[in-house]
Amino acid sequence: MPDPINTPTSTQSTLQAVRFRGGGFHPRRHPWAALAAFALLIALWEGTSRVGLASPLFLPPPSAVGRALAGMIADGSLWLNLKASLLRIGVGWSLGTLGGLTVGLLMGVASVARAVGVPLVSAFFPIPKIALLPLFILWFGIGEASKFATIGFGVFFPTVIAVYSAIDSVPRNLIRMAQSFGLPWGAILRNILLPGALPGILAGFRITASIALILVVAAEMIGAEYGIGAFVLMAGNLMQTDTLLAGVMVMSALGLTIGALLSLLERRLLVWR
Amino acid sequence: MRLLISDLTHRYDDLTVLDRIDLVLNEGEVLAVIGPSGCGKSTLLGIAGGIVAPSAGRVAVDGPVPDGCLNPITYVFQDFALLPWRSVEENVALVLAHHPLPAADRRARVEEGLRRMGLWEFRQALPKQLSGGMRQRVGIARALAVRPAILLLDEPLSALDAQTRELLMDDFLDLWRREKTTALYVTHNLDEALRLADRVVVLSRRPGRIREIVTIEEPRDRRLAPAAQAHLAEVRARLWHLMKAEAQMADREIARA
Repeated sequence: MPDPINTPTSTQSTLQAVRFRGGGFHPRRHPWAALAAFALLIALWEGTSRVGLASPLFLPPPSAVGRALAGMIADGSLWLNLKASLLRIGVGWSLGTLGGLTVGLLMGVASVARAVGVPLVSAFFPIPKIALLPLFILWFGIGEASKFATIGFGVFFPTVIAVYSAIDSVPRNLIRMAQSFGLPWGAILRNILLPGALPGILAGFRITASIALILVVAAEMIGAEYGIGAFVLMAGNLMQTDTLLAGVMVMSALGLTIGALLSLLERRLLVWR
Repeated sequence: MRLLISDLTHRYDDLTVLDRIDLVLNEGEVLAVIGPSGCGKSTLLGIAGGIVAPSAGRVAVDGPVPDGCLNPITYVFQDFALLPWRSVEENVALVLAHHPLPAADRRARVEEGLRRMGLWEFRQALPKQLSGGMRQRVGIARALAVRPAILLLDEPLSALDAQTRELLMDDFLDLWRREKTTALYVTHNLDEALRLADRVVVLSRRPGRIREIVTIEEPRDRRLAPAAQAHLAEVRARLWHLMKAEAQMADREIARA
């Protein structure tokens, strides 16, 4: 068939190309844009301090923050404080997650547990958990147990909500299919409910990891000798803003690392999506 | 094995969807159920399969369970109901896992089902890597693995394109030619019913009642022959006549609601 546009039979005087209107509204990856934005922000920050637009006491330049961080690594204070925070996050998050998974699962599969659990969770979830730290200190003492309890309590409720919502979101037709083949209850739980709920549970982990990070810092600021929160508070009290910001950078790096680990876990476990 | 449905009524709260259904599905027979949207076809199948509890009436099977049959009444689902996190092979194996079978027998059943459906090469694939037709074949292979006495098929082809529907209808015909499996086949597609069924049950609009049961005299394997076309056209016209008024009234009722 001849080219219908370029043949002499086309009415060239009225010929108009159809304008493309389908662009945009399609997210694309731009990894370099994020790096460039970070580099630009750091350069602006450094420049602002160097030309004297901001006092180095109140906003030290990134180079000073970097030096403070290097000093923390060299004198071992980074690891000492990070180790204390990681232990508190690890134990508190694990306790809260274990409890949350158990209760959330029960509420997901048993109507009675849900009828009892939903009002209780709704009542306790909005309480700012850090407000309970003084109570936990009275109960468990000023040591580690009160911090584990604060983090665990903070992690528990969002985990419960994430787990039972995730179980609700498992397509019912898959359960009916299993029932129609006579699969026993335990097999339905293991083979359908838990794997089907996994995306929602992992999304919940992402939220609870952030909550654990916030709570550990807050708890350490209230009463701890070591830990990133205690370290930042002490640096602030001594007006060592470069050290303070170095501590904040460590928290940010910690948050990013936890997020990256969870992303890795999602990629491994949810390859089927 | 026969399936007997007696004086079956089903309500969702105040809404009656099925009303006093009596039906017998004979051994080796393929019985299609057609009717307008909302007439309770899928509910009828759910009740027959024991996954919906009827408001009134009884469903029973009659006859011995065939040798090797692990799940006498077995479903094939409209939306395939495959576990997306399991491979093709694992999806089929899932329904055998809770039966006390020797491992070799279990493997043989999975392989037999997948080979019969032409899926053996794709056994490691995840459902997301398959076309709609292949996914439904996995659903059928899964059903065959338990060697059912009665197959319940809930609009198994409605989510597929016309070409794939044709191919799967051939698969069903081939299956029924070899296995003589008894089947209750719910569809809204007259052509599927005409091609596959021995008898067609026409349900009225909601509440679904049996309006008529039409027998298709022409043997299934001769229905594509030119000589059969006149008879099939006549049956089709009759079925459409029964369906049309019900479908129009059902549409009007939905619009009013």
